[in-house]
Amino acid sequence: MKAKIYITYKDGILDPQGKTVGGALNSIGLSNIDNVTIGKFIEMDFDQKISIDEAKKIAEESCEKLLANPNTEKFHYEILDTE
Amino acid sequence: MKRFAVIVFPGSNCDHDAYHVINSMDNTSVNFIWHKESTLDDYDVIIVPGGFSYGDYLRAGAIARFSPIMKAVIEESKKGKQIIGICNGFQILIECGLLPGALITNKNIKFLSKPVFLNVVNNKTSFTHLLNNGDIISMPIAHKQGNYIADESTLKELEENSQIAFKYHNDNPNGSLLDIAGIFNKQKNVLGMMPHPERASDQNLGSNDGFKIFESILES
Repeated sequence: MKAKIYITYKDGILDPQGKTVGGALNSIGLSNIDNVTIGKFIEMDFDQKISIDEAKKIAEESCEKLLANPNTEKFHYEILDTE
Repeated sequence: MKRFAVIVFPGSNCDHDAYHVINSMDNTSVNFIWHKESTLDDYDVIIVPGGFSYGDYLRAGAIARFSPIMKAVIEESKKGKQIIGICNGFQILIECGLLPGALITNKNIKFLSKPVFLNVVNNKTSFTHLLNNGDIISMPIAHKQGNYIADESTLKELEENSQIAFKYHNDNPNGSLLDIAGIFNKQKNVLGMMPHPERASDQNLGSNDGFKIFESILES
């Protein structure tokens, strides 16, 4: 069992890295890109014994308590059954 | 006699500067307190110093807030003890909820290390009473995540409760909303600031404007 966790800035929070990279992509000739945001990707491996629901609960709590800052960031995650 | 504690996390690097300044003052005692400790009963003032606690991994201050000593810091804050968080210390106090808002990456993404000018906004506190409102004081900044943001209602509350301690004067280096450089909690016993008063406490180092903050604390 594995969680893939994605953390990105909330709408309206300045993301200077995304803006700069977007500008760079534009300048090397890649057009039609409206917007680029840069966030964090976290992978979490679980003990094999736990259920999907338990894995979801752990991923959720990890994001709320530590991984994301509720003032500035939002998160979502996928639980993968790797068996 | 006031007893100061300087909290030390793995990665703190302004702890000795703070210690040195307090140690140079009469009627003080000062001790380093390792972050694994769990009590601050014996101290009157707690300094959460600058640095890169836990390498700034994840977000600046995000992991340090779970160190055992932070429970004690929160407890002592409720008793009204004076707590000052400088730079990374400010980031930690925000992450643990003692101060509102968030500190995100500077608007130009650069690590900024330079002297700045500050306006004193509220001198009616135990940290600032030896300064005057409107005073322009100088001290260095050294940070990459010092861009203060908060939602509209929080900013309004900060203004209404006179919780803004310092604002950047003229040139806002990092993009902070309302030019905020330092804020108090509602009760005014917790101060967080990005600029470094401990690095501006000796005229030989360019400025001793920061010393007024430590004198204010001592004489309150």
